Amino acid sequence: MANIIEVTDLSYHYPQMEQRPALQHVNFTVQAGEWLAIIGHNGSGKSTLAKSLDGLLTPDPQNKGEIKVAGLTLTDETVWQIRAKIGMVFQNPDNQFVGATVEDDVAFGLENRGVPRPEMQERVHAALKRVRMTEFADREPARLSGGQKQRVAIAGIIAQRPDIIILDESTSMLDPKGRAEVLATVRQLNQEDHLTVISITHDIDEAAQANRIVVLDDGQVKETGTPAEIFAYGERLIEMGLDVPYAERLKTALRQVGADVPKQYLTEEGMADWLWTSHSKM
Amino acid sequence: MNKLIFGRYIPGDSFIHRLDPRGKLLLSFYFIGIIFLAHNWQSYLLLFLFTMFAVLMSRVNLGFFIRGVRPLIWLILFTVILQIFFTRGGHLYWHWGPLVVSQYGLVNGGYIFMRFVLIIFMSTLLTLTTPPLQLSDAIESILKPFKVFHLPVYEIALMISIALRFVPTLMDETEKIMNAQRARGVDFGSGSLSQKMRAIIPLLIPLFVNSFNRAEDLATAMEARGYQGGEGRTKYRVLTWKGQDTLAVAAFAVITGLLIWLR
Repeated sequence: MANIIEVTDLSYHYPQMEQRPALQHVNFTVQAGEWLAIIGHNGSGKSTLAKSLDGLLTPDPQNKGEIKVAGLTLTDETVWQIRAKIGMVFQNPDNQFVGATVEDDVAFGLENRGVPRPEMQERVHAALKRVRMTEFADREPARLSGGQKQRVAIAGIIAQRPDIIILDESTSMLDPKGRAEVLATVRQLNQEDHLTVISITHDIDEAAQANRIVVLDDGQVKETGTPAEIFAYGERLIEMGLDVPYAERLKTALRQVGADVPKQYLTEEGMADWLWTSHSKM
Repeated sequence: MNKLIFGRYIPGDSFIHRLDPRGKLLLSFYFIGIIFLAHNWQSYLLLFLFTMFAVLMSRVNLGFFIRGVRPLIWLILFTVILQIFFTRGGHLYWHWGPLVVSQYGLVNGGYIFMRFVLIIFMSTLLTLTTPPLQLSDAIESILKPFKVFHLPVYEIALMISIALRFVPTLMDETEKIMNAQRARGVDFGSGSLSQKMRAIIPLLIPLFVNSFNRAEDLATAMEARGYQGGEGRTKYRVLTWKGQDTLAVAAFAVITGLLIWLR
């Protein structure tokens, strides 16, 4: 498959922190239609990377690298074209809700791009239907849960019909139910509309949805691999910035007492299934 | 914190609720203008009946309007008392040095009182029956001609609508910070005035810091969604002027005519 994003030799320094670069010579590619997770502990440069892809940071004069999105090299001239191709969902559900009501918020991006009103109404309704928020169309954000607000943010992105959706720790402030709703919506977009997904996360369940995982540490790419390959690191996942799930901790403990546990990543249910079938003779 | 009656919208579906916000806003200002045409009890009675009629039409409980007067009651009484004590003319009931209580003074005091109450009722009617967002749309639409003088009309409207949208968010946050500080032993309710003021500081500082962080996040999110200022934007929400709005204007025209005739 073709690469939709190509990042070569990207470095970034925040103006006040000359000595400690946020990103150092980062190289990676994202294929069209894939789901890529970026993990890393706090301060590893994950969010800086996400914002760089969308041209949301003031360019770093020392940066020699380049970012290519859908064949366009990111420059001052192309930044708005590139932003039209990328939809971003940020961490705090409240701080990205611009409109006074749900439908206003979904329409905001379309208004910005000068979409004519009849088309705008159509796209807003279709997008809200897609995230199952139609009956909330005239609600104010104060009367929505965090997960609902994030789904509205996703509807705002769907309405703009981008090629790529970036989740910048979008589920980290949600309760488990909200998180599951948001991830289900994104999975649907990835599978049915072949939207490329880049998710920046601490959440192992979110990372497990990905086709590939990139591990960032100190602004550098440490590892790239499938979830099964990355999760095989077990204990070291904590250093990488993931919250290790119960099933993985159990596996490590079992291995220490000499049990022969499977190497690949297991969900909690998978682990339970393995446990109750491991001694079964049938 | 919910005592703030001014600017509180009461949802409904009355004739007044359905009026175009531009018309409502302009007519409310117009009402303040024509109230100065009233000079006798007949004209005040007319305005009073008209206002009451509008209030009844809105089907909003009268209590909301009376509560709207309450925060301004001292200002109103002060003005009325000045008017009573310093107006001479007609029958003199009482005097002491420069202070007098005369027939004209009492009558004028009554008029001033009516004037205040009617203006407050009318503007409360506007804010009770119009969602704040529609008001900001109306302001944008009314200010549009000033674009010629490089007034950033669209930006002003967006600022108002964002400010309104964040009011509940910031109220929630204030509540949270207050609870967090209470848990650390801050006492907000009691003590002398200066102690109370000092108790506000640990509330205000986190609130300010958070607001700035929010503003930065919001700006990033807006930029990510293609916001480049008001130029070239289309509008999702549009206002439409209907027959009923012309009817409301006509009613005000009739009242104006009657007021002039009653002078």
